[in-house]
Amino acid sequence: MSSHATSQRIAVGILAAATLLTLAIVAFILFFVLEKGLPQLSWEFLFSGPKDMGKAGGIFPAIIGTLILSLLAIGISLPLGVLTAVYLSEYTRESALTKAIRFGTDCLAGIPSIIFGLFGYVFFVTTLRMGWSLLAGALTLAMMVLPTLIRTSEEALRSVPQSWREVSLSLGATRWETVRKVVLPNALPGIVTGVMLSFGRSIGETAAVIYTAGSSFRMPRSAFDSVRTLAVHFYLLAREGLSTEKAYGTAAVLVLAVLAVNLLTYALMNRFIRRRAR
Amino acid sequence: MNSPKVEVRAHSKVEVRNLKVSFGGELALRGVSLDIAVNRILGVIGPAGSAKTTFLRALDRMNELKAGCRTEGKVLIDGEDIYDPSSDPVLLRRRVGMVFAMPMPLPLSIYENVVYGPRLGYAHGGERRASKAELDELVEESLSAAFLWEEVKDRLGTSGLKLSGGQQQRLCLARTLAMKPELILLDEPSSGLDPISTSKIEEALTILKERYTIVLVTNNTKQAARVADETAFFLMGELIELAPTGTIFTNPSDRRTEDYVTGRFG
Repeated sequence: MSSHATSQRIAVGILAAATLLTLAIVAFILFFVLEKGLPQLSWEFLFSGPKDMGKAGGIFPAIIGTLILSLLAIGISLPLGVLTAVYLSEYTRESALTKAIRFGTDCLAGIPSIIFGLFGYVFFVTTLRMGWSLLAGALTLAMMVLPTLIRTSEEALRSVPQSWREVSLSLGATRWETVRKVVLPNALPGIVTGVMLSFGRSIGETAAVIYTAGSSFRMPRSAFDSVRTLAVHFYLLAREGLSTEKAYGTAAVLVLAVLAVNLLTYALMNRFIRRRAR
Repeated sequence: MNSPKVEVRAHSKVEVRNLKVSFGGELALRGVSLDIAVNRILGVIGPAGSAKTTFLRALDRMNELKAGCRTEGKVLIDGEDIYDPSSDPVLLRRRVGMVFAMPMPLPLSIYENVVYGPRLGYAHGGERRASKAELDELVEESLSAAFLWEEVKDRLGTSGLKLSGGQQQRLCLARTLAMKPELILLDEPSSGLDPISTSKIEEALTILKERYTIVLVTNNTKQAARVADETAFFLMGELIELAPTGTIFTNPSDRRTEDYVTGRFG
């Protein structure tokens, strides 16, 4: 047998092994968490408040806290991110400035989330006197997901054919009318994908949230109330050794939520690609 | 009755004076001067790379959308310099319609494609808002003038992207006509089309010149011979010759023109 065929086989073998290993890791984590967590799930666990520091009872306030915090974070970062992306892709030509902006967002993306947490604590919680609160947590998360939103939105905007812009301008549209009527509607599915990715990241975030949103068990009544997210709840249950069972139950809910968001993103992305290929 | 018409004929719709366009410092259009008579079709021919399209796009300031573009010289439309700093390209493009080489409907319905330009006009406050009935009429009128109405009148709500290439290009022509422009620029409008679609577009053009002034850039010299009143021959960014179409094709004064129209190069 020739050495070409041998090396070919070895290469395919390594590639297949790497793929299988990746899949196996995902499957193992899912199995591990769900096997221990799913039996904990019940109507009561999902829809009642915790008792005895979380050793008993449910996680309802944490579910609500996570949702509100993440939605608020997206609500803050979405307009900022999309407008930045529109500016970069529609109103500037490649220059030193746009390169600097893009480098800046990439740097922002590379900062560990605990640093965001620290900054949020020093700036929002202490300096701006927001205290541990929904608002401080949401602002911190918003900064954290901003690069993702800008980058995915920019990609989505750039995927809109240049010729459509030219046609719109040739018909007497201003640049802004072109953005509004042609570019944004056609970039929307891609932007939504970025939003879902950011939402998923916000849901699962712990480090950036624990120092900014706090860990109160109570249902938040205003933007200045502290909340406990699922991820923080899990972290505290596990670290303080309060209840391993409840911790796994929380983890199961968290993992399923992130999984659901990812599946939804994937479905949206597929629809986007199919529409494009039309 | 006849004398005002003669006067209109004598009037130049567009006067181009020493027009130079460069991209990234490289001169593409090398100082072109010519007049375009009103209610006529000017054919622009020349081999690839002769800056025909650059010339055409200079007439509604589309070149400047590309980075590194510089334009010098003057383009007067009805005596007004469109490159004057006080001139607004958005308003200019509302008066000058363009049909691109590739059929390029917007990802909207057939109906919305046609009313895209007029709707913007109302938004700019130039005119009062049109009623649904007026828009419907405009759509029928524009699609009919582009010889497309009969084929699409029952499915105006379907996407313009679902039409065939030839139909798409006629939709683009209709979209331009709906703007009621004074000047229509066509950039090789039938380069990707079958002979039947091509003849429909040519037929539309010969009728449209009654009301509009038309500049037709084409790679197909026969097309220029068929529809153009005057023909300009461009070579390497220069205007070599501009004459009545018959003269260009039968008795050109420049040797290079003769070589090109007889198919010796290009």
